[in-house]
Amino acid sequence: MNTAFERIAVSALALLASAVLFGLLLTFYAGVDPLEAYALMYQGAFGSWFSFQNTLTRAAPLILTALCTALPARLGLMIIGNEGALVAGGVAAAAAGVAVSGTTPLLAQLVMAAAAMAAGGAWIALAGGLRHYRGVNETISSLLLTYIAIALMNHFVEGPLRDPSSLNKPSTHPIGDANMIGAIGGTDVHWGLAFGIVACVLCYLVQRFTTFGFAMQVIGGNPKTARMMGLDVGRHVLVACGAGGAAAGLAGMVEVAAVHGKANASLAVGYGYAGILVSFLARHHPLAIIPVAILLGGIGASGGLLQRRLDLPDAAVVVLQGIIFVAILASETLYGRSWRWLWRIKAAEGR
Amino acid sequence: MSADGGIGIWGVPLAMLAGAIRVSTPFIFVSLGECLTERSGRINLGLEGTLMMGAMSAYGTALLSGSPWLGVLVAALVGLLLGALHAGLCQLPKVNDIATGIGLMLFGTGLAFFLGKPYIQPKAPNLGAIDLGWWSSVPQVRQALQVNHLFIVGILLAVALAWALKNTRWGLIVRLAGESVDAALAIGASVGRVRLIATSVGGAFAGIGGAFLSLYYPGSWNEGLSSGQGLMAVALVIFARWDPIRCLWASLLFGAAGAVSPALQSIGVTQGYYLFSAAPYILTLALMIATCSPARSLRGAPGELGAVR
Repeated sequence: MNTAFERIAVSALALLASAVLFGLLLTFYAGVDPLEAYALMYQGAFGSWFSFQNTLTRAAPLILTALCTALPARLGLMIIGNEGALVAGGVAAAAAGVAVSGTTPLLAQLVMAAAAMAAGGAWIALAGGLRHYRGVNETISSLLLTYIAIALMNHFVEGPLRDPSSLNKPSTHPIGDANMIGAIGGTDVHWGLAFGIVACVLCYLVQRFTTFGFAMQVIGGNPKTARMMGLDVGRHVLVACGAGGAAAGLAGMVEVAAVHGKANASLAVGYGYAGILVSFLARHHPLAIIPVAILLGGIGASGGLLQRRLDLPDAAVVVLQGIIFVAILASETLYGRSWRWLWRIKAAEGR
Repeated sequence: MSADGGIGIWGVPLAMLAGAIRVSTPFIFVSLGECLTERSGRINLGLEGTLMMGAMSAYGTALLSGSPWLGVLVAALVGLLLGALHAGLCQLPKVNDIATGIGLMLFGTGLAFFLGKPYIQPKAPNLGAIDLGWWSSVPQVRQALQVNHLFIVGILLAVALAWALKNTRWGLIVRLAGESVDAALAIGASVGRVRLIATSVGGAFAGIGGAFLSLYYPGSWNEGLSSGQGLMAVALVIFARWDPIRCLWASLLFGAAGAVSPALQSIGVTQGYYLFSAAPYILTLALMIATCSPARSLRGAPGELGAVR
């Protein structure tokens, strides 16, 4: 069985099915020619250098938050607190950035990144630790921690960290233009994309070529075997969850230091939840996360063009993303069965 | 502060009561729906999308037909369909119910915004309220006791669900499907069908909760209508330890916690009130930490519910 081919074939089938479903919705509800819409979407996502940069910018936080689900998934844990880790990281980065804003930009950026990764990492490591040492379900606790993080963010930006001059949208003090991390040379794409790609490659290398990565796989495959082998399961859980949370926290730092310039409610706009789905679509494979996030970023980036040219609601792209997610998740059921099914048809024909 | 009718500090508990009644109604419906679904052994994280679809379809129907109650009915039907979709997908082998729930949450909210675009401006008829505060002369009390019919329906539903789960054959089969698939199979029940029905009915409840949002309080349709009630329901059901009556109390508590910040703000407390909105989650987490141990999962949790194992 060619599993790589099967993986691509099943995913392509699911994408095709979603495109047909969304096309039907466009044709019969909105009265829009779906082929025209798809052509516009391609143009809006990848058609020009400008739109491709927009796509990449949107993909950056998705890559980082997806790692927050993908790394613990290797151990058999399902973390859905990505949004909370992102928010915790963003607030920590803003607080640290304001505190050291008088120093050199490089130092300030390093401190911000460290603070964000520590906060996000602690957030998810807490969920992992509770799972391992107390048996508290990590899926639910990480969801609860997300709400706690958002409430804490509201508390800090409305109270102790508030910039009195931010009237309509309470925010922290700005970290200062000099300390912003800016764009990758010659483009409009901020450095968050580079951080995300480096993080994914690092995770892949660790998972593929180190003892630690192999141990993660053993624990995820069979925790009892892992314990009999003498592996310290708790340590692996804490490290994997901490690293995943740190990636999501870094996404929060990038949102603060490359996009908004300060922390406010704009941090919690759903990158975390989208990251969960990116991780599932990539089947928790660190390298597959990159193209999946770029594809979804592209769909998001094309919303504006659809709205302007075809007068479609901007939520149209969210509907398409939702259909794709559901179709790909449902297509999991085909793995290992599609071949048998095809083979049976062939056998029937040969008879 | 001349508008406080001379009740001063008492305005805070009163506003909390009023807020608890108003804010908690969608919580009651969504949490009862989630409770029923989870008792049958499946988790539905997509109720946020169901809630938004319910809100949108109820508002659109009320606007086009002039009848808000028809809107509630349509919202329930839409919720039923979305619940059935979730159940049908999760029935397929190897499909993950948590991820599917999140996918359907995104799909539901997106579809609600997409189809609901034309309904943002016009004003649909409201569900109206029952005036239970007629005996009082204090305007705040009267205002606090303006209760919507759906709040009362929600209380009755909680009692009925608790009774049915405990005392009826149907309730027994739902609980069996949630506790032990083998036992359910042994008495000849089809676990798949039981979960399909429970998840669909749960979705219908969530749809009604959405109808309350768009047709009573806040009483309009827009994209910021829900503040995450659908996702919070998951926490709420755990806090209530899968008991419909406790879901009712927990909904009131979550509603009151949400209402405490504006109430404190109105008497001039401007610091720290956001922490109150985190209180329900901290309490739920503390409860989970206290009652879990590595050897044993949560007390009261359905045995087949993979998500809390």
